Amino acid sequence: MNKPVSRKSLPLAPEAFDHLMPLHLRLNGLGQITALGPTLARLLPANVLGLSLFDVFDLRRARGPADVAGLMSQAGERLHLTFRPEFRSPGARPIPFRGMAIPLADRSGLVVNLSFGLGVVDAIRHYGLTDSDFAPTDLALEMMYLVEAKTAAMDALRGFAIRLQGDKQMAEAQAMTDTLTGLRNRRALAQALERLSRGTAPFALMHLDLDFFKDVNDTLGHAAGDHVLRRVAELLMQETRAEDTVARVGGDEFVAVFPDLVDPDRLGAIARRIIEVLSRPIAFEDKLCRISASIGITTSLAYEVTDIARMEQDADEALYASKRGGRGRAIFHPGTSHAPNPVIPDRRHP
Amino acid sequence: MLGLINRSFQFFVIDTWGVEAWETVASAIGLPFAGFEAMLSYDDSALDRVIDASSALLHRSRFSLMEDLGTYLVAHERQATVRRLLRFSGANFTDFLSSIEELPDRGRLVLPDLDLPGLALSDLGGGAFRLRCLSPISGAGHVIMGLLRAMADDYGALVLLEHLGVEGEEEVISIQIADLELYAARPFSLGISA
Repeated sequence: MNKPVSRKSLPLAPEAFDHLMPLHLRLNGLGQITALGPTLARLLPANVLGLSLFDVFDLRRARGPADVAGLMSQAGERLHLTFRPEFRSPGARPIPFRGMAIPLADRSGLVVNLSFGLGVVDAIRHYGLTDSDFAPTDLALEMMYLVEAKTAAMDALRGFAIRLQGDKQMAEAQAMTDTLTGLRNRRALAQALERLSRGTAPFALMHLDLDFFKDVNDTLGHAAGDHVLRRVAELLMQETRAEDTVARVGGDEFVAVFPDLVDPDRLGAIARRIIEVLSRPIAFEDKLCRISASIGITTSLAYEVTDIARMEQDADEALYASKRGGRGRAIFHPGTSHAPNPVIPDRRHP
Repeated sequence: MLGLINRSFQFFVIDTWGVEAWETVASAIGLPFAGFEAMLSYDDSALDRVIDASSALLHRSRFSLMEDLGTYLVAHERQATVRRLLRFSGANFTDFLSSIEELPDRGRLVLPDLDLPGLALSDLGGGAFRLRCLSPISGAGHVIMGLLRAMADDYGALVLLEHLGVEGEEEVISIQIADLELYAARPFSLGISA
C-alpha cells in the first residue's frame, strides 16, 4: 500500500473512482466531503457535501483517528465507522462500515473507501440495493446469496430433523407396545420396573394369568382368542390408573405395576374388581367366551432392598398358588404383610 | 448424489401429476411413500430409476420429463427458493448466462455434497452460445435446458434453445438470444426474503 510499484502518480478520472469504489468518499485537506461514490450517495442526503467526515460518521475504537491529520497518519489501516444518528434511518440497526483512508499523492485530500462489512445483508434489504450498486468485484451479492441459501438449507435440515424425530417416537412407541393389544410389552415393563427400583416410592406388582383361555382358543379359534385378549386389555386399562403400567408378557399373561400403591386392601379390591369384570362373558360374533383370571401380588415393601427379579418370581409363585387354589382369585405373596389371603370376588354380584 | 435433486424430481411429479402418480412411481421402484430425503445421499442410480419409472407411467420420454423438471425448478411456487438463488447470478439473462459456469461452485458453497452438472459456455458471437454439460446423469443437459428456458422467461429475454445431443461425454445446448429483455422481467429484489 505504501510502496507503489511506480512512484509516478496515476491519473484517474473521478468517474473511474465511482466505478471502482461505489462506496467511497473524497475529502479535501480540511476533511470536508467533496464527493460521494454513487452507492454511498443513495444512502446519504446531498447536503452532506461540505460537511466534515467526522460530522457524518462516528469513528469507533479508542485509537480511531479524530481529525484529518489522524486519518492521514493511519492511512491504509482498517477503520470502523457508522453514520451519526442524524444520518441513520430511525429504527434500523446502524451499519458497521469498514473503511480505509488513502491520502492523495500531494496530500491535498483523501479518498476513503467503505464497505458494509457484516451489515451488508441488512444494508441491501434496508436501502433496496441491487447488483448495479456494487462493483463487479464485490462479493456482497454472494453474501446475500449465501444467507438465503443457508436459510433454505437450514429449513430443509430442520424439516428432516422433525420428520426423524417423529419416526423415532413412532419406532419407540412400537418397540414398547404389544401389537395385538396395544398394551405395553415386556421391554416397556422392564423399563418401568427398572425406573421404579431406582426411585424411592414403593410400588406393587400384579401378575395375572387368564383362566380357561386355552378353551376359548381351542373351541372357538384364534380369532376369538385374539378378540378376548384385546377385550381383556381394554378392561385392564379401565380398572387401572393412568400412571400404572399394564403389559402383556406372554400369550395370556399380563403384569400390572402400581407406583405408590401398596395398601393390601386397595390392591385386593382392585384385583377383585379385575377378576370380576374379566369373568363376565365376552361376546365374539354370535358366541360367548367365558374366562376368568388368577392373580399373584407382591409389593416392594416386602423387601429390604428392591430386587425386581425376586419380586417377579414371588408374584409368579403367588399366581400359581391362586391357580392351585381353584382359579378366579388373587393371592398375596406370603412376604407381603397383613395380606388378606386369598381374595375371591363375591360371585353373587358379578 | 444428494437427495435434494431426487426430492426435487419427486415434488415435480407430485406437483404436476398429483400425489397418486408419485405413489405409483414410488411403489414401482420400491421406495417408501415418503420418498427421498433432501439431505441424505443416494446412489446415482436411484434418480435414474425414478425417472425411468415416471417415464413409463406417464408415457413421457425421459428427456422431455427432464426438461420439464428444469422448468419446474424455476417456475413452480414450491421451488421459489431455487429461482431466487438463481437470480443472484446476474441482473439480466446475458449476465446470468455468462456466470452460469459458476453454478456448480455456487451449489457447493452451500451444500458441499451437491453435485451439479459441470458447465462450460462458449460465446459464438451475435447472441449465439454453446453450453456444454457434463454429468453422470444421462439427460442432465435437458434439465439445464428447461431451466434456461424458464430463466429466460423470468428475465423477460427471448431465447431460442436447442439440445444438440451428446458430443463425447458432454451434452451440448445451443442458445440464441434473439432480443434481449424484450418483455418485462418478473420482479426481483435482492432484499426481500422469499
